[in-house]
Amino acid sequence: MTDKIKFKCRNVRVQYGDLEALHGIDIDIADRGVTAFIGPSGCGKSTFLRAFNRMNETIGGAKFSGQILMDGEDIYDPSLDPVLLRARVGMVFQKPNPFPKSIYDNVAYGPRIHGLTETQAELDSLVEKSLRRAGLWEEVKDRLTEQGTDLSGGQQQRLVIARAIAISPEVILMDEPASALDPIATARLEALIEELKTRYCIIIVTHSMAQAARVSDKTAFFYEGDLIEYDDTEKIFTNPDNQRTQDYITGRTG
Amino acid sequence: MEIIQLYTLLLIGVLSIGGFAYNRNVARASVRALRQSGPAETRWHSHPNYHGYLTGWSVALVGFGLFIIFNLVFPNQVALQTVSILLGTSLAGLLVFKKIAPAFPARIYTERFIKTTLLALSGLAILTTFGIVFSLIFESLRFFADVPLFDFLTGLKWSPQTAVRSDQIGSSGAFGAVPVLLGTFIIMAIAIGVAGPVGLMIAIYLSEYASRRMRAIVKPIIEILAGIPTVVFGFFALLTVGPAIRNLTDALGIAVPTQSALSAGVVMGVMIIPLISSLSDDVINAVPRSLRDGAYALGATKSETMKQVIFPSALPGIMAAFLLAISRAIGETMIVVMAAGRAANLTGNPFESVTTVTVQIVALLTGGPEFDSTKTLAAFALGLVLFAITLILNIIALRTVRKYREVSLA
Repeated sequence: MTDKIKFKCRNVRVQYGDLEALHGIDIDIADRGVTAFIGPSGCGKSTFLRAFNRMNETIGGAKFSGQILMDGEDIYDPSLDPVLLRARVGMVFQKPNPFPKSIYDNVAYGPRIHGLTETQAELDSLVEKSLRRAGLWEEVKDRLTEQGTDLSGGQQQRLVIARAIAISPEVILMDEPASALDPIATARLEALIEELKTRYCIIIVTHSMAQAARVSDKTAFFYEGDLIEYDDTEKIFTNPDNQRTQDYITGRTG
Repeated sequence: MEIIQLYTLLLIGVLSIGGFAYNRNVARASVRALRQSGPAETRWHSHPNYHGYLTGWSVALVGFGLFIIFNLVFPNQVALQTVSILLGTSLAGLLVFKKIAPAFPARIYTERFIKTTLLALSGLAILTTFGIVFSLIFESLRFFADVPLFDFLTGLKWSPQTAVRSDQIGSSGAFGAVPVLLGTFIIMAIAIGVAGPVGLMIAIYLSEYASRRMRAIVKPIIEILAGIPTVVFGFFALLTVGPAIRNLTDALGIAVPTQSALSAGVVMGVMIIPLISSLSDDVINAVPRSLRDGAYALGATKSETMKQVIFPSALPGIMAAFLLAISRAIGETMIVVMAAGRAANLTGNPFESVTTVTVQIVALLTGGPEFDSTKTLAAFALGLVLFAITLILNIIALRTVRKYREVSLA
């Protein structure tokens, strides 16, 4: 892992109406590798994840303050277009959400709206490359015109990863990507994350301690809107500094 | 009906409520008595309330049953009717009273009563529908004995009159429905042309763009449109929109009558805007949030998300909204009676006055009709055609909606 920093977050606060979901988070996230956010439900980890591509803004009533620098650039700068930000920061959701379009059109969606390719041949090869990287190509290459929603849950989740990869993001945010998948599909997804982390900065929110321990390099533990502890995954899971972290990972709270 | 019969009906109501209260209390008392008297625990099959409900239902059923039977079989025997109702209901109450016991399954009988009542009521609605349809069909058959079905559906001249004397002018009636159907179609097309785009844009604005406050203000105001009586829309069309169109076209040098397909169609379009906007808004809102998230997270703008992701997913539902609106437009009468004129012109020109199926039915049946002339029977044939069209549209609409629901649940 390089020590280069992708995101520098300072005093990040998010409010929904009168309720403050995050009480000032400071964290640095590495440029390559997997960072896991763990913590009990309602601790603010998903809200924090959605701050990295300004998805909180698509729900009315969320207010952000503080600073997130991406490669030194303030992503909450009023002159910065969230549409361009989201082209650089991809996201995968808890429930697989392929569009009700063909497999091909799902992957081609991002490149089309951002005008990434000029010819049909270029688009074809980009779709193939993305599906290969997501480890789905072999399963779907003969049925690209079928509906994306007809795939199995695990395939759908890899399809939306292919969809996110197709616009060459620098970062991929994953919000509990395996929570709707069976153990076999989860194992495939984790293997995929392992592969992708050499190319992308990946931030993953997960409820599974085991998953965080398996896939991540760094782990951040959140509790009631505060960042409690942030360190190498191995240290967090073997010898955490904080008692609350200890209690959570051993299953005594949360 | 004599006034005493009204009181009898009231009496049945009072008796059934009284029977309910009395037998429930009896059941309650015996539950209590049993509990206090013995250590051996007796479980009651049914809660005391159910013994009461059963009494109430039985009394009401017997009472109303006797009431109806007497009215049908022995009319004008009011005294006998009242007496036998009193006897019958008391007997019903007494029978249940005798049955009150731990093992008596009053709950099950009550449920059966309720189920049967509900079934009977829905049966009533279905019977009414069938009754109307069959009367339409039979009267139409009588009409088609005079005018062949083929001539009716393909004839180009509509001039419904029957001769009183054989030598009078215009004694030969013509029952070709094409001009009437064409007029209906033109007005419907204009109405959808107005309401479709406007209603859809309103729905998109409300569901995707409007702030919560704006939505709370705008939506009810639009829905007020749906509450305006159609006759008000009618004179609005006749007195305001018609002359306005005439003045406008006069300035352009085209002569247009005040009553034209255009003014009726436009006003009807305004009338069905809330139908389309409200239904489409619901459908667009039903598109899962996760699809929006997916598009936004890929860097799609609001309008790209709307156009490429939400609209295609909502399309079947929007289609259904349009079809329902079309049914409504075809069946609408008041506006066209007032604003479209009555001349059965065979024309595709929206500036001319046309007539519709509903207008012709009104014209045929008002003003002292004779009930077995061909002219009157023609109204039933037109009604049947209208019913067939709207039925088909509604079936298509409901099917698309159902299909759409299956997709969005998956």
